Amino acid sequence: MQMVDLPDEHGHFGPYGGVFVAETLVHALDELRTEYDMCRADPAFLAEFEYELKHYVGRPSPVYHARRWSSMLGGAQIYLKREDLNHTGAHKINNTIGQALVARRMRKPRVIAETGAGQHGVAAATVAARYGMECVVYMGSEDMKRQAANVYRMKLLGASVVRVESGSKTLKDALNEAMRDWVTNVGNTFYIIGTVAGPHPYPMMVRDFQSVIGRECMQQMPELAGRQPDVVIACVGGGSNAMGIFYPYIPLEAVRLIGVEAGGFGLSSGKHAASLAAGKPGVLHGNRTYLLQDEHGQIVETHSISAGLDYPGVGPEHAWLKDSGRAEYVTIDDSEALAAFHALCRHEGIIPALESSHALAYAAKIAPTMPKDTLLLVNLSGRGDKDMHTVGEKSGIRFE
Amino acid sequence: MSRIPNTFEILRRSGRKALIPFVTAGDPDPAATVPIMHAMVASGADIVELGVPFSDPMADGPVIQRSGERALKHHVGLDRVFAMVREFRDKDALTPLVLMGYANPIEAMGQTEFIRAAREAGVDGVIVVDYPPEECQDFARNLRESGVDLVFLLAPTSTPERIAMITRIASGYIYYVSLRGVTGVANIDLADVGAKIAQIRARTALPVGVGFGIRDAATARAICDIADAAIIGSRIIQEIETAPDSASERVAAFLSGVRLAMDAR
Repeated sequence: MQMVDLPDEHGHFGPYGGVFVAETLVHALDELRTEYDMCRADPAFLAEFEYELKHYVGRPSPVYHARRWSSMLGGAQIYLKREDLNHTGAHKINNTIGQALVARRMRKPRVIAETGAGQHGVAAATVAARYGMECVVYMGSEDMKRQAANVYRMKLLGASVVRVESGSKTLKDALNEAMRDWVTNVGNTFYIIGTVAGPHPYPMMVRDFQSVIGRECMQQMPELAGRQPDVVIACVGGGSNAMGIFYPYIPLEAVRLIGVEAGGFGLSSGKHAASLAAGKPGVLHGNRTYLLQDEHGQIVETHSISAGLDYPGVGPEHAWLKDSGRAEYVTIDDSEALAAFHALCRHEGIIPALESSHALAYAAKIAPTMPKDTLLLVNLSGRGDKDMHTVGEKSGIRFE
Repeated sequence: MSRIPNTFEILRRSGRKALIPFVTAGDPDPAATVPIMHAMVASGADIVELGVPFSDPMADGPVIQRSGERALKHHVGLDRVFAMVREFRDKDALTPLVLMGYANPIEAMGQTEFIRAAREAGVDGVIVVDYPPEECQDFARNLRESGVDLVFLLAPTSTPERIAMITRIASGYIYYVSLRGVTGVANIDLADVGAKIAQIRARTALPVGVGFGIRDAATARAICDIADAAIIGSRIIQEIETAPDSASERVAAFLSGVRLAMDAR
């Protein structure tokens, strides 16, 4: 299978990906591509990245056999890749460290980022503090209300958080605003994109940095379970944690790859964020991919209980994995994710992020239908501390 | 056939430069657009750029973003934009008309259908902000075969290699983005612009227009010394935004002043 060799030199994954940007950004992307091509072939760069992942992030993150929950479900064995144990509480930091190292090599003293739930913003603010860079994070005003604690975290870390009031005031608009900042300040600024979307080389670069997740699993699963998993399951918003764990498994054709999108109130309600399940190919944020859009090609507002999945597009490599049939994509709605959230809290003593709870919910759905010796590997991409308010409100609890 | 080359040829012979105003289709409301376009022509516009609203206008500053949001409240999509073009053509068969927007509405309609509709409605040129030449070879060829020009942007950061690539595929005119940033936010450095335009002219015989920072008659006039056209967007939208009920009159008054300054060189 040649799918691991993608993208091509212009950033295409089959018909998806590419560089769909205004001329004003082309030069900055050319510079970035040239620099990143050197980085990925430079042993010193890779060694420093690895060092930082080990000593700053705390990698490798463990794989954990959720034995009690598996036996309660009564079928397949569920293994969790514990990205929730990383410094800052999610997989996002793998990528922000990588991009900050590239920014440092390009001598850019200022980094910018977009954020939805705030996890990527926190991860970007964290590495900016770590490497002594100025950091500006763009965040929709709606998201700032939903994720006030993360806004404060970013400020503690020294970042400025810019409130975005345009469009739907959420992640996609924050991304538009960050792009505008980049176009204006391209001389001294590096744009740290948080997911496997955006124009080439971002989808490839973010995937490369995140694929440490899957590489560790390739080694850990045989050690812990005696063999590779039968199924790998991850939630998909933009799709960075899923690409990270899928990528090394793509050549192993016996391993099923399942991406779980946010079904919100259900696909039929129209209030969801399932771009692959319910979207159509189009062009947004610099790449061609599946998008949630109306008949005129306007991007529509999305809904998910988890702000991190609340995005109307999806990384172009996922679009290609879907079309080529190498990965399957399913949806889990808000209430199913919430049930899985509670189940993991109560049966394993782990509070998962609401994003990751979508992947857990799908595992819980299929596990009972499978033999006991089937191995499911779920990417537990983040911890749920940030979601206390959301979950508490759903249960009628108020925090004072 | 596109009316653009002929328009520039007539201007050249009379020693004048092109005034190219921009308006977003459907701003402040769909009924206002065609009257605004006619008012633009009556007050001295040589070519009209009609913006196709998009939910995520990444290359635009706050003024044009807001105009797009106002238009989208009225659900103005490409079908209604083409209806406006046809209505404009009922009374004006001569002024070139250029659609400016983003890729996704075109992708949603389908490129083939878009080109057919553009030609039939009487569109002369198309600017797709996020279709760089690498990603739109077929689109460019099919447009050209339909007699519609594909206008490309060049930026201060465009390298000589890119200028060469873009001038090979472009037609109609070149839209030079006079500053680093988004539409309508800063002032122009004329010396920088002049130097870059000289580089562009070395590669192409196409007319070169300058846009993204022209906010008054004096700047437009100064641009005419170094370029073939002054393109004005955000500043016009501000007129519409300030007094939506008298948008046509205010736009006409503003453009008349610009026209006067441009012709008084």
